[in-house]
Amino acid sequence: MAVLECKDLTKHYGAAPALDHVDLAVEPGRIVGLLGPNGSGKTTLIKLANGLLTPSAGEVLVCGAAPGKETHAAVSYLPERTAIPTWMSVKQLMDFYGDFYSDFRRDAATEMLAHLNIPLTQRIKQMSKGTREKVQLIMVMSRAAKLYLLDEPIGGVDPATRDYILSTIITNYNPEAAVIISTHLIADVEKVLDEVIFINQGRVVLQSSVDEIREEKGMSVDALFREVFKC
Amino acid sequence: MKWQFNADAPIWSQLIAQIKVGIVTGAFPPGERLPSVRDLAAEAGVNPNTMQRALTELERDGLVYSQRTAGRFVTEDQSMIASAKRSLAESHIQTFLRAMAHLGYDREEILTLLRQEKIEEGEEHGSSGV
Repeated sequence: MAVLECKDLTKHYGAAPALDHVDLAVEPGRIVGLLGPNGSGKTTLIKLANGLLTPSAGEVLVCGAAPGKETHAAVSYLPERTAIPTWMSVKQLMDFYGDFYSDFRRDAATEMLAHLNIPLTQRIKQMSKGTREKVQLIMVMSRAAKLYLLDEPIGGVDPATRDYILSTIITNYNPEAAVIISTHLIADVEKVLDEVIFINQGRVVLQSSVDEIREEKGMSVDALFREVFKC
Repeated sequence: MKWQFNADAPIWSQLIAQIKVGIVTGAFPPGERLPSVRDLAAEAGVNPNTMQRALTELERDGLVYSQRTAGRFVTEDQSMIASAKRSLAESHIQTFLRAMAHLGYDREEILTLLRQEKIEEGEEHGSSGV
């Protein structure tokens, strides 16, 4: 069964369509790039998938069910902006995640934090922006979820941190789960992806595997993106 | 091992080529156990499914073999490693010849240039005392 499925999914903000009759399916074991220019509908799609928005028409299904209590337990979401309570220490944040999510793997989180030399006693508000993003990603990837929705996980961080974040995604790979990464930094994520979904003005313009694109078009996904979305 | 990828070829085929180089140069010695797919993927910074595909392909060629529970190993067959080395060399030569033909050199001119290059390199090494 598809981990995420959109059927004729449409979302309007007022009169303006943000997503326009989107059909797509993401299978388990896939790491998928949700790629599109600014304002193309990436965040809207992610928010529909985790129930933060409701569709204007059509439906979105996570593991076969409409977003709700059951799907929340199966979805691990990294929002575009850091949304963890900044007064907490790292240890308190782990307690918080442990209380909220029965699939939180505390040992995995502890190991990743130790690897980055982030002390458990440090408070979130004492951290740099990059460290906060790392901590939040560690929390999100430490859940044994079925669907990971990562909205711009590498947008605000330096290239070395980007590499760390991507390798965290790879080492936490689970063949039962799917990862969706929205970004416009394509060259950085390309090697990590199985497939890509190009989205533009609320419509899916392409869904294909990375190596299929390279094989058939003889160019990288980054180059194809620049061609498709040429201004 | 240093992993590098160019933009126009599929990633799995570049992985195959680089693992072959690793085997030929001894970074992955004969008979040695390869890291797990996940560890190799993380090291190369690539998708685990893509790494899996590359290893499956190498297995089909016989350069690596898997033992059901113990993991994947590099072949101990030296003749197989030698022929992998040869075919890597041939593909470098083909690329080089195509580039030279594009510049307008014929075989003889290329050979002459290669011989000169060798001498110059030798002299350089001699004079600098390296």
